[in-house]
Amino acid sequence: MIRISDVSKSFVLHNQGSAVIPVMEGASLSVAPGECVALVGNSGAGKSTLMRMIYGNYLAGAGLIMVGDVDVARAEPREILTLRREVLGYVSQFLRVVPRVPTLEVVAEPVLAAGGSAEAGEARARELLARLNIPERLWSLSPTTFSGGEQQRVNIARGFAHGFPALLLDEPTASLDATNRAVVLELIAEAKARGAAIIGIFHDAEAREAVCDREIDVSGFTPARAA
Amino acid sequence: MTPLLSVQGVTKHYGARLGCGNVNFDLWPGEVMGIVGESGSGKSTLLSCLSGQLAPDAGKVVFDTRAEGPRDVLTMSEPERRMLARTDWAFVHQNARDGLRMGVSAGGNVGERLMAVGARNYADIRAQAIDWLGRVEITEDRVDDRPRAFSGGMQQRLQIARNLVTGPRLVFMDEPTGGLDVSVQARLLDLLRGLVREMGLSAVIVTHDLAVVRLLADRLMVMKGGHVVETGLTDQVLDDPQHGYTQLLVSSVLQV
Repeated sequence: MIRISDVSKSFVLHNQGSAVIPVMEGASLSVAPGECVALVGNSGAGKSTLMRMIYGNYLAGAGLIMVGDVDVARAEPREILTLRREVLGYVSQFLRVVPRVPTLEVVAEPVLAAGGSAEAGEARARELLARLNIPERLWSLSPTTFSGGEQQRVNIARGFAHGFPALLLDEPTASLDATNRAVVLELIAEAKARGAAIIGIFHDAEAREAVCDREIDVSGFTPARAA
Repeated sequence: MTPLLSVQGVTKHYGARLGCGNVNFDLWPGEVMGIVGESGSGKSTLLSCLSGQLAPDAGKVVFDTRAEGPRDVLTMSEPERRMLARTDWAFVHQNARDGLRMGVSAGGNVGERLMAVGARNYADIRAQAIDWLGRVEITEDRVDDRPRAFSGGMQQRLQIARNLVTGPRLVFMDEPTGGLDVSVQARLLDLLRGLVREMGLSAVIVTHDLAVVRLLADRLMVMKGGHVVETGLTDQVLDDPQHGYTQLLVSSVLQV
């Protein structure tokens, strides 16, 4: 479902003496439907960079990034937008929403964007918010005023609302208590069971062992530093 | 599928000075395109050229019309272009006073656009005007007030209602949230996003507010000195800017 081969990336900082910082070289991996792969490596090794390149918000320097039958490294913006609506989901570490929009609508939005009905979206949002223990009296409020952990759970609910065939999870269990972490792991297991290909970053080793089938060490893709 | 709007090599000079140079892009149905850049970068000039308010020196602006398919807007006759501006197009000005008739009631401002496309039944027009005022959160008891009696944010919302009442397919917006306080901005953003999704609108939004484009625009075009220096997916341009000017722009945003 997700196949990456020989991807490299460097940042060029035009305003800081045109410094060129190579961050990745020869990255290759593939994830089959129903499989969950963990990206591991020290902080700064390039886990999030690789994940963002797959989602298309970082440009790949070279190489091939196939998600389904779309090459994200070379696709038109329009193709990537369709891919993100229908195929590729992403749970980031931060919730980014239009202020004033009620939580229920925030969570239901991906279902509507993928062509689902308003009723289906709302039903799914209610189910997920209840499972993730967000009190019902908060559902009609905007999540911008919620606590960090609550925002994180709203973000997860949003990410799992539509049944994406491919999912990217950036620290989905960070800052959650044991009960909610168990719910998130359950959601991941369910997504695997319905055939989703998942790439995740988990700092929490227990969570990683619970849901991931394989680990890929990203430091193997770090370019050798020239002295 | 054909693009709704196809812009090819649009160039405009003011005497020897360049307004905008050789701009090319395609806008697809349902897509929102943001144009950012510092003041004087040519973004408003470009918007005026696209919306038929200013004649460019060179280039084509091809719009996929309902009746006749793709046609170059710049070679259309004036009546044809005006008809387009009243039906399939809408223009939301930065200053609501430029887009409203200040001496006519709020309901009249909305109804006028309906009458321009042939509506004649007074009761229908009034009912539709009240419906649209409700959608932009202006209560029914204000329908007979003139825009002069409205606050700046209400005037901006009234302008949006006036523009969208005829169900346009393409909306041009020039700094739609400029000069409004942030709580009103949030309301407008929410409103615009809902309308874009429900009505399947395409939009071209000129702004210098990067937070606004991140929430509203699918794609982003960065202009400097009349030229397009970078284009791409909005979050890609903002998270991984390639051009030196875009990097400067993104790193200059103040954190709240």
